[in-house]
Amino acid sequence: MSTLATARPANYLSVDPGVMSWLLTKDHKRIGILYLVSISVFFLVGAVSAAVIRLSLFTPEGALLHGQAYNKMFSLHGISMIFFFLIPSIPAVLGNFLLPLMIGARDVAFPRLNLLSWYIFVLGGASTLIAATTGGVDTGWTFYTPFSSIYSNTNVTLTAVGVFITGFSSILTGLNFLVTIHKMRAPGLSWSRLPLFVWAHYATSLIMILGTPVVAITLLMVGLERGLGIGLFDPALGGDPILFQHLFWFYSHPAVYIMILPSMGVVSEVIACFSRKRIFGYEFVAGSSLAIAVIGFFVWGHHMFVSGQSVYAGLVFSLLSFLVAIPSGVKVFNWTATLYKGSVAYHAPMLYALGFIGLFTIGGLTGLFLATLGTDVHLTDTYFVVAHFHYIMVGGAITGFMGGLHFWWPKITGWLYPEGWSRAAALLLFVGFNLTFFPQFILGYNGMLRRTYTYPPEFQVLNVMSTAGASILAVGYLIPVIYLLWSLRYGQAAGPNPWGATGLEWTAPSPPPPGNFEKIPVVTEEAYAYSTMETRRA
Amino acid sequence: MPETHSEPHLQHHFVALEQQQEASTLGMWAFLITEIMFFGGLFTLFTAYVSAYSEAFAEGSRHLDLVLGAVNTVVLIGSSFTMAMAVRSAQLGKRKALLGFLALTTLLGCAFLGIKGIEYAHKFKQRLLPGPAFRVDSPASQHVQLFFSFYFAMTGLHALHMVVGVGLMTWLLFHGWRGRFTPTYFWPVELSGLYWHFVDIVWIFLFPVLYLVARHS
Repeated sequence: MSTLATARPANYLSVDPGVMSWLLTKDHKRIGILYLVSISVFFLVGAVSAAVIRLSLFTPEGALLHGQAYNKMFSLHGISMIFFFLIPSIPAVLGNFLLPLMIGARDVAFPRLNLLSWYIFVLGGASTLIAATTGGVDTGWTFYTPFSSIYSNTNVTLTAVGVFITGFSSILTGLNFLVTIHKMRAPGLSWSRLPLFVWAHYATSLIMILGTPVVAITLLMVGLERGLGIGLFDPALGGDPILFQHLFWFYSHPAVYIMILPSMGVVSEVIACFSRKRIFGYEFVAGSSLAIAVIGFFVWGHHMFVSGQSVYAGLVFSLLSFLVAIPSGVKVFNWTATLYKGSVAYHAPMLYALGFIGLFTIGGLTGLFLATLGTDVHLTDTYFVVAHFHYIMVGGAITGFMGGLHFWWPKITGWLYPEGWSRAAALLLFVGFNLTFFPQFILGYNGMLRRTYTYPPEFQVLNVMSTAGASILAVGYLIPVIYLLWSLRYGQAAGPNPWGATGLEWTAPSPPPPGNFEKIPVVTEEAYAYSTMETRRA
Repeated sequence: MPETHSEPHLQHHFVALEQQQEASTLGMWAFLITEIMFFGGLFTLFTAYVSAYSEAFAEGSRHLDLVLGAVNTVVLIGSSFTMAMAVRSAQLGKRKALLGFLALTTLLGCAFLGIKGIEYAHKFKQRLLPGPAFRVDSPASQHVQLFFSFYFAMTGLHALHMVVGVGLMTWLLFHGWRGRFTPTYFWPVELSGLYWHFVDIVWIFLFPVLYLVARHS
């Protein structure tokens, strides 16, 4: 890459291209790239394990895996996808790269801490991968006690240690972003002028800071219980395994919003740019991010309706869970209203953003089924739940990630990707995704249980559909990998602002120089001032 | 403020030393909030169990050494006082006083850890360490063991934070000795002080919760 980069003005990629300079870099842009490479490894691990699961479910008696081997496979899928791909995906890659650029700063507030967080991530990831390759773990990503703490004889401790360690990388990233957004904004960039991507990351940082320590201490206690016999959840000592679930979901439900809020930030940027309009109801879209983050902390009990928690707690948690629908609905309606009378252009990022709106809406509405006490008792632990959260996490979070990656790829690399291929891949992903996961709603509604390697023969047709969809999905992910890498060598130079977008990141060269801006910019207008931009052009 | 660029402590990505100080301060407070959530998980669990097994937890509490616990509380509060004085000395640019108070704080921190170690050794001898060797002459011995699980988890985690604190003090001593801190650049001392006080406050909660919970019943 360095030979190509020399033809361009000095940028963060070309300055000092040695391996050591990358491994010791404090540049937020390079750290973003380091994260992109590392989470791609985990995406691959998670995707391959998903493929094996889907292939195995091709036949009712389990075509490939049985019993514990199957349990280990879905545990590997869940753990690598959630803790090592989805949670760091947008914040640690795009957030790291873009936040300082968007707020007109030279770097995040604590660059050394930023690099440290990447090393912590790598250390945690390595522990987990070692645990996976030396026997694996069969608890699922949820580590429920007492199975995880007493009965499972797989590599629970090392895996939990890996997730525990990685938690600190997430905490440090959140802390860094919070301080950066508070203290590093360029002159004139008031809170009401911040891009919605920044608002979304502010809300995400709050969850990272407030939630992650709780799951860290909880997993530490599971580890101590296995290692030293300090049994806080051990029923033999009078310990209560349900308390583990409370603490686990206190983090892990808000963690869903760590995955989805940054995606919503991406969608807001993309929708505004390709509708050539200021986002409709800016204040409400910004505020709804905070509302989701705050309400999200009080709904964890809806994961535990059948766990034996008090019915009255269940009632309150059900009601509070419904409340999350309000700020989520605010976002969906405001994006749609932004499209209204906008001059919409269907570039790949926009296709992903529109796909996000549709898929997230289905995921959100089916979430209401699960927040309802009565229906949840019927649907708990079925494929309905699996389909619901994949609509949020894949249909929502990963679609947003893909959209963001395409939107800012020219900024990150300085090269354009092929337009036709990118649109085709976005459509293919949408089709493959729906074919994979929509049948699972029906399967779950009809009673197919999750986390089982066999199923009644009458469910085979829908399972075959789902597996077929997964193969289309796989192609849909593979094509962008190929053409994005291709663009590094053969792509056209992007120029600083290929989409004609507003936002300070587009005023810097592509790729940006090490210090981002020659002179710290002064902000004089609101975000998404597309109308003034068009007037100026005319 | 172009003249501040000559300031040796100003990092390149900040515009002014003031901004850098504000960022560091906010960062430390945010970090302390994560610490509150971290310990908060344990305190929540403890609260749930102490209400379920109040008798057994009271019994477990009576096995703790109130005198050593109280002495340690005094030692730690004393260290918070010397820490506050160290911050004040740094603010005023009194290098010798700064070094003296930092050394005292380190000493008190080590004293705390030493006393804690003595307590742990006693518990070990009395077979109060949770696990297969745990022995308590009580009908609810498994619940007493649960209490000791909390005792070791919570005080152990606290002690680990003390070790980090002592490390911080040593680092401050080294840089203070080289004269790095000035009345315009003293916030590393101040922020380390915040951390120190936080760890102190955790103990202020741990002491009554673990040692005093049973004393009135």
